[in-house]
Amino acid sequence: MESSLKNMVLTLLIITFVTSAVVGLVYQVTEAPIAEAKTAKVTGAIAQVLPAFDNNPADLKQVEMVDGKEVVIYPALNGSDTVGYAIETFSNNGFGGLIKLMVGFLPDGTIYKVETLSHSETPGLGDKMERKKSNFSVQFEGKNPATFKLSVKKDGGDVDAITASTISSRAFTDAVDRAYKVFQSLNQKGGESHE
Amino acid sequence: MEKKLVIAPSPHIHGNMTTTRLMRDVLIALLPAFIVSVVVYGVSAVIITAVSVASCVLFESLISRFLLGKRATIGDLSAVVTGVLLAFNLPSSLPVWMVVIGALVAIGVGKMSFGGLGCNPFNPALVGRVFLLISFPVQMTTFPTPAGVNALGGAVDAVSGPTILSFVRGALKGGMTTADIADQISYGDMLLGFKAGSFGEVAALALLLGFAYLLYRKVITWHVPVFVLGTMFVFSGLLWLIDPLHYMNPVFQILTGGALLGAIFMATDYVTSPMTHKGMAIYGIGIGLITILIRVWGSYPEGMSFAILIMNAVVPLINKYVKPKRFGAVTAKKK
Amino acid sequence: MSKLQLLTKGLIKENPTFVLMLGMCPTLGTTTSSLNGLGMGVATMFVLTLSNMAISLIKNVVPGKVRIPAFIVVIASFVTVVQLLMEAYLPDLYATLGVFIPLIVVNCIILGRAEAFASKNNVLDSALDGLGIGLGFTMSLTILGSVREILGSGSIFGLKFIPGDAMLVFVLAPGAFIALGYLLVIFNKLTAKLR
Repeated sequence: MESSLKNMVLTLLIITFVTSAVVGLVYQVTEAPIAEAKTAKVTGAIAQVLPAFDNNPADLKQVEMVDGKEVVIYPALNGSDTVGYAIETFSNNGFGGLIKLMVGFLPDGTIYKVETLSHSETPGLGDKMERKKSNFSVQFEGKNPATFKLSVKKDGGDVDAITASTISSRAFTDAVDRAYKVFQSLNQKGGESHE
Repeated sequence: MEKKLVIAPSPHIHGNMTTTRLMRDVLIALLPAFIVSVVVYGVSAVIITAVSVASCVLFESLISRFLLGKRATIGDLSAVVTGVLLAFNLPSSLPVWMVVIGALVAIGVGKMSFGGLGCNPFNPALVGRVFLLISFPVQMTTFPTPAGVNALGGAVDAVSGPTILSFVRGALKGGMTTADIADQISYGDMLLGFKAGSFGEVAALALLLGFAYLLYRKVITWHVPVFVLGTMFVFSGLLWLIDPLHYMNPVFQILTGGALLGAIFMATDYVTSPMTHKGMAIYGIGIGLITILIRVWGSYPEGMSFAILIMNAVVPLINKYVKPKRFGAVTAKKK
Repeated sequence: MSKLQLLTKGLIKENPTFVLMLGMCPTLGTTTSSLNGLGMGVATMFVLTLSNMAISLIKNVVPGKVRIPAFIVVIASFVTVVQLLMEAYLPDLYATLGVFIPLIVVNCIILGRAEAFASKNNVLDSALDGLGIGLGFTMSLTILGSVREILGSGSIFGLKFIPGDAMLVFVLAPGAFIALGYLLVIFNKLTAKLR
């Protein structure tokens, strides 16, 4: 077909109009399922790291800024009792950069469980921080950071590092430690407001 | 006389040196280090070496007979040298089947895929070692501590420990200074081989003995090893002078890890190193720089094998640009 | 060329990965497991078939000079649609394939087929061509993904049959190149007579 300014502009206009309409339509249709999938992922992770609860922790979430990034606190309730707090925490010191964890704390500060949300550690080494890959994260369960020193044994703490992956283990521990600090500050605040 | 037996661009004089004789000399030069490793690590060092050599020879003969349809090239001993060098770069506690895989990769991927001896751009033994290092990082980085040596850093199980390099690196990253760990490092042990490491790289003195023999037999020239080690010394020395508390001193850098083994036996491989002395200087400086860069700022504690492989890749380029004046050429005019 | 030939040529004769050597970036980047390879292949096949059809439909009304921008807009919209659908209904696969989904836009297979085939043939033939080439791409990616998963993780389609660690290098980038190289050799050796 012969190209003229008029028909070129017109064709591109029609094509972009039609395609953007299609993309817009699909976006409308998928918006709700995408949001749902995202919340399902978060609530799924919270349910993994805390005992049974009956509220929606995402409704009560509080956001704290620590070291320039968001740490999100999800309080879980059963009736009116606090079951615990799931804290979405991070560390920048991973072998492959950012590591995101969900750490569940019981009201007294005991770690209930730790779940890895995302990381880019080396397969076979650092990725053993994932619960399904090794027992590394299990050692944190039932420990209270008040008595359990959150740093790897090489650095004088109580955490057994993953074999040949000290950096990843350090970063994981760093993220848990960050979550614990947020938990502590939360407890102090909570205490004050009740008085 | 000094330059008589150097691999060089034309013109060539026919000599009585054969591949087999060269390789035999390399094997003799490796003998002292082998003896030390047997003394330090016992029978496991013998087993690993035997398995590695046997599998390298077997794979080379199988591949050249059934896949390439060439006559077997086993007679030139080059597969034996590859096998010994590969074994020297492994921890003596490595499971035997991993050694066999390493040999298959070294010979199959590193050498025969490119067409056999003389055509391979990368040092086959190092290809095998790096393949194993990336594939089995846990087994490749836990080294048995030789009998009579205290495991570094007071590790819980004294049977296996880190190499000095990874121990120092961990300590420095963990906030300690060089002064805190100075008493854990014995330079005498490093010279004699009483330290944890890949078993062929532990004894600095034995490797130097081999170097002297190779020079005496004129199998290699001094250029590559001296430029590699010299660059490492100068570069790490500069860092050490700037901040002696956070960087290890240059003597330490040269005596640890694969520095000597790599500089003397791996980097000097004829096929994968440059032909001219000027080219060798560039190549050696490159290896030294990259090794220290990886050791100090990289994610691995030791960078010798990566550095050699990286510079192997640059060799064709070096050979292309660093050429001596053409024989018989009157002017250096370009066509 | 018969309809059946159009559909099957992508498998061996014009296999996009092993013969045409197109689309190497997603091929090397996404095939860490057989499932990832399959997912990437199917996503590409989907986009390829639809974009081939759409381009064949509009080929007579698009002026020659703006042909490429018009094709790119059409392809990009289909990719966005796939991305949204995948994020909504297959969030796990979406998380793994990540950045490679938007990169389907610049996959040279798709623009190549649009330019070389769809802009010269009718809708049915173009659809079959897209489907055929897409099938070939999916097949190659699944094979490459399976080889890397078997050697690198000791499993296939997530089913672990070798306990413990396998050769990790095959899950990482260097293993992609090694595996692809040897697969190319084997594929061309085996199919030399067929072609």
